Amino acid sequence: MKETVRPVWPLALAFALVLTLAAISLFIGVADLSVAALFGGDGDARATQLLLVSRIPRTLALLLSGVSIGVVALIMQMLFRNRFVEPGTTGTVEAASLGLLVTALLAPDMAIFSRMIVAALFALAASFLFLRLVSRIPSSGGLIVPLLGLMFGGVINAVTTFFAYRYDLLQSLALWMNGDFSSVLRGRYELLWIAGALAVLCYIAADRFTVAGLGEDFTRNLGLDYNHIVTLGLIVVALVTATSVVTAGAVPFLGLIVANIVRLLAGDNLRKALPWVALSGAGFLLACDIAARTIRFPYEIPVGTVAGVLGSGVFLYLLLSQRARLG
Amino acid sequence: MESYNPGSWQRPHFVVASLAAIAIVAAILFMTLGAKGHWDFVLPFRGTKLAGLVIVATAIAIATVLFQTITQNRILTPAVMGFDSLYVATQTAMIFFLGSHLLSGVDPRLRFMLEATLMVGLSLLLFRWLFLGGRRSLHLVVLAGLVFGIFFRSLAHLMQRILDPNEFVALQDMLFASFNTIDHQLLAVSAAMVVLIAGISIGLLPKLDVLGLGRDVAINLGIDYQRLVMRVFVMIAVLVSISTALVGPVTFFGLLVANLAYQAVDTDRHRYTLPAAVLVAIIALVGGQTILERLFGFDTALSIIIEFVGGLAFIILLYRNVSR
Repeated sequence: MKETVRPVWPLALAFALVLTLAAISLFIGVADLSVAALFGGDGDARATQLLLVSRIPRTLALLLSGVSIGVVALIMQMLFRNRFVEPGTTGTVEAASLGLLVTALLAPDMAIFSRMIVAALFALAASFLFLRLVSRIPSSGGLIVPLLGLMFGGVINAVTTFFAYRYDLLQSLALWMNGDFSSVLRGRYELLWIAGALAVLCYIAADRFTVAGLGEDFTRNLGLDYNHIVTLGLIVVALVTATSVVTAGAVPFLGLIVANIVRLLAGDNLRKALPWVALSGAGFLLACDIAARTIRFPYEIPVGTVAGVLGSGVFLYLLLSQRARLG
Repeated sequence: MESYNPGSWQRPHFVVASLAAIAIVAAILFMTLGAKGHWDFVLPFRGTKLAGLVIVATAIAIATVLFQTITQNRILTPAVMGFDSLYVATQTAMIFFLGSHLLSGVDPRLRFMLEATLMVGLSLLLFRWLFLGGRRSLHLVVLAGLVFGIFFRSLAHLMQRILDPNEFVALQDMLFASFNTIDHQLLAVSAAMVVLIAGISIGLLPKLDVLGLGRDVAINLGIDYQRLVMRVFVMIAVLVSISTALVGPVTFFGLLVANLAYQAVDTDRHRYTLPAAVLVAIIALVGGQTILERLFGFDTALSIIIEFVGGLAFIILLYRNVSR
């Protein structure tokens, strides 16, 4: 196929839009410190401090999460060959929080990096289990995959809730399950750089994932090891999910929506689609967070709640508008 | 005439009678086991709790069987389709738009009636849209229902976060299903409603059997299909409101007990499936609560265990459905 020359300006425009949102995110006043203080004469040092300790880390965290969650959802959709799949609809998020609960119960003093690794291992185990579950269904396409995934997540979540309830950790559980960036400060978000690096890794390995998305036989015919690619993909998915759950909590449906809309517009070639997914993931999350911070100013609403309403709404629209094709 | 002829202990009426006996034993154990205080205190205290459990069990069981009859499958339940969450969202919206200070003056029973009426209207809209607007694949309907549930829950959550913190506290309990904190003020009105609806269902028994044969057959047999389905659906909406108002949303309980009941009586006739489902639900709730409270010293974990077992059962049902 001849590679058509694509204009660069739409991507540049999207990039500029994300930068604008990031700038707005930086200057939205939280609590009692006003934006004007940054430019005022006497509050200068304090405002700079605020910017460095709170605002910049938060905006960076949003950018990194948005990028990596979007990318991971797209990879997952390629590997499962299903448009309704993302870490939140396959039990991956629930497994990661079960992992966190286990560390909180058994080793409460564990360093945050080790906790993330444990959460990632749980998420990875759940992803492989779910992959096996799905591969046993005769027709693995269509709607049964997300249906099973939501149930699977529900069952894992029941186990987690049971122990969280027994050991008075329901509140922590609520934090992991509902994304909220209000507590992100310098020193508490840096794990997300790992997620960002993994997103870059996905871009480098994009062609392999594209091939794997065309099926096992096709991949083998090209001389590639299908299982290796799937394993690599699921490890990336598990790590990114674990870092985001550890840092700020899960943001429901974000990846699903971003990946679907980008695939509609840019097609299934990952190398083309990934930059778009990364940008729209970051843009969508920034926009949700800005909304979450302004709806009830000066109080904040968890961004996961805002994304939950928008996300499930868009998911429903995607579902019901395609009934002609699947119904 | 029954077409099969196994031993009499497998006849459906015998199964129903045995289930009734087990339910009574469960209720007696619930009332008496490990009681240390004065009976003057224990009996009324446990009695109201038992009444609450029985009302909830009956409401969920009847709602599920009726819903499965009119949708003609055994995977869908009102709760799986997000109707419980719709009720929570309705309740939250009332506080959100009217304010708790306005509502606190209103009698809780009147408020419940108001909410239930609103719920009937909304769920009728949702139901018409999902089921009567042409045939859709089962998987699409279930998936859409689940996501509807998530949508209503998120919406309720969003409204609760925007609410004044004091009003938020007043609402918070609703989100977590608990068989321990049954609202006593609502017990009497709920019991009356459940008895009324159970009575109507008894009157409808033969028609329900025909409904279960499907739309076309039912119409051919002279049933005013549209009207009957709408009527049954109003009953379902009221029952869902009752159970959700009393204990909050429980997604899989109805699915679990209805399918167990079908297995037990091994017939499609509602004069057996309806009472069997109600009795299985009572046994599961009262028995489960007794075991958890007395044997393990747990208190509100029952709903979580139901979610776990119910989720597994749902996955198995889906598998069977796909491989068939």
